[in-house]
Amino acid sequence: MPQFLSMIWPGRATSRGKLADAARWHPLEIGFWVLALALLWLLPTRLLLLNEIAILALFALSLDLILGYAGIVSLGHAAFFGLGAYIAGLLARHGMNDPILGLLAAGAGAGLLGLLSSFLVLRGTDLTKLMVTLGVALILRELANKFDAITGGADGLTGVTMGPVLGLFEFDIFGSTAYLYSLSVLFVLFLVARQLVHSPFGLMLRAIKGNSLRTSAMGVPTNLRLVTIYTIAAAYAGIAGGLLAQTTQFVSLDVLDFHRSADVLLVLVLGGSGLLWGAIIGAVAFKLMYDWLAAITPQYWQFWVGMALVAIVLFGRGGLLGLAGMLRDRLRGLGGRA
Amino acid sequence: MTPAPEVPVLETRGLRKAFGGLIATNDVSFRLPAGARHALIGPNGAGKTTLVNLLTGVLQPTDGRILLNGRDVTTLPSHRRVQLGLARTFQINQLFPDLTPLETLVLAVAQREGKATGWWRPVGRRGELLDEAGDLLERLGIAEERDQPVATIAYGKQRLLEIAVALAAKPSVLLLDEPAAGVPEAERHQILDVVAALPDSVSLVLIEHDMQLVFRFAHTISVLVNGGLFMEGPAAEVARDPRVKQVYLGEEPVYG
Repeated sequence: MPQFLSMIWPGRATSRGKLADAARWHPLEIGFWVLALALLWLLPTRLLLLNEIAILALFALSLDLILGYAGIVSLGHAAFFGLGAYIAGLLARHGMNDPILGLLAAGAGAGLLGLLSSFLVLRGTDLTKLMVTLGVALILRELANKFDAITGGADGLTGVTMGPVLGLFEFDIFGSTAYLYSLSVLFVLFLVARQLVHSPFGLMLRAIKGNSLRTSAMGVPTNLRLVTIYTIAAAYAGIAGGLLAQTTQFVSLDVLDFHRSADVLLVLVLGGSGLLWGAIIGAVAFKLMYDWLAAITPQYWQFWVGMALVAIVLFGRGGLLGLAGMLRDRLRGLGGRA
Repeated sequence: MTPAPEVPVLETRGLRKAFGGLIATNDVSFRLPAGARHALIGPNGAGKTTLVNLLTGVLQPTDGRILLNGRDVTTLPSHRRVQLGLARTFQINQLFPDLTPLETLVLAVAQREGKATGWWRPVGRRGELLDEAGDLLERLGIAEERDQPVATIAYGKQRLLEIAVALAAKPSVLLLDEPAAGVPEAERHQILDVVAALPDSVSLVLIEHDMQLVFRFAHTISVLVNGGLFMEGPAAEVARDPRVKQVYLGEEPVYG
């Protein structure tokens, strides 16, 4: 089996119980990606929406890495998303039109901000973290507003023109290139995140989340681990922001807004945190719900989002995926009795 | 030339810790020789916990030095001291409730081997780590629970895991903080057997209330009173000392 295939489909490796199975691919996972790709042809009129879903999923995936796995709470994750969006947008506006290079720059810039701000964020309690992350995002938004000569301020950044992806795929008005591009980036970064969370590094993050006193007493430089994942997650968010700027060819102050930080948290809680897939399922559910509710009750859609959130948090602690798991176990229980 | 005197595995020199006006550790100097079976006892509030926190780097001393295998570790953070061979167990379990015993030990072994930063190959496919973690589970009698979340396994088994995690670091010095605390009588013997079976390559410091345990394992004893070393010596001698009985034991010690 080629290396790549054995990675996503390890087959019957040495059986070592549950732990060995944890990293194995479930058929549903593969089915999801096949379906996501097929939507390019199945739903040609909704590609712009699908593109937004893929970007939101990547953004939520980024939050899951720090919140779901490492237990770092944040109310300002849009700081990285927004910075990535502006970096990608500004590069394209000033003549560097290659999408991939732009994304790498967006990821690197946001990652650097993550690294620097991690030293502020990672000290103190959860409340401190909430306030510091919120503050960093507010500062960035004000900076973007203030330096309107560079960012376009409240009018937004226009003139973002993109070259073809990999020099081959021109962006089109239907969003087919945009969707394929965002989906590919999401897929690759999901693969990397998937390896990461099943690796010793990723498992150690869960351990730190569970008891950092013990990890220190095991000889783990706990803070360094948290700095690392915060930086990686920031880069992920920056790439998500970069994708938005590139595929919509526009950046507004809205990318740094508080509601973006709040929405992504909502998406993750809705889908289920600490599972990676929760980020994707949450993004799909959130966008579809928004789309559907906004069509029938334009004024009150947030009411229903709020209701769904309360219900999920109270009755299905693990989000939609948690509910699905409970349902599956219940069905298995019934099957066993029959 | 005379041969150099044996370097103690753990040594403190004039260790002092003051919290404002309260002196919790008062001029403690002691040497732990290699292979020691040492107990640290003292009445409640004698400063045992503070001393352990100073040794492990949770607290910084106001004064004095700590040497681990001859190396000054006074200013090193906790995790560095562990890497240099000082491991501990906690009086109250400090485990990962959502992880399984196997996962817990794989991480502990990976950390010791410098493989805990590996970020690509899944834990479940790292045979060398899994094998060693599995051996430890067998040795400590918690192999049956290997794949259950730690939060769901019996308290006595959690206590054993607590010791297993510390052992996975292959320490030269192991601080056991009341290893059998809270364990039901029926499961106690398992803990005692594990402690008794520890190899001589590990020097033990037992911080304990339970005199039965102390006299069963400790060859030497330090008695801590009001933050200072009240007396030190072979277990039998300390047990006989009338002053120790007075300040600490209060009654005839029970020999195990």
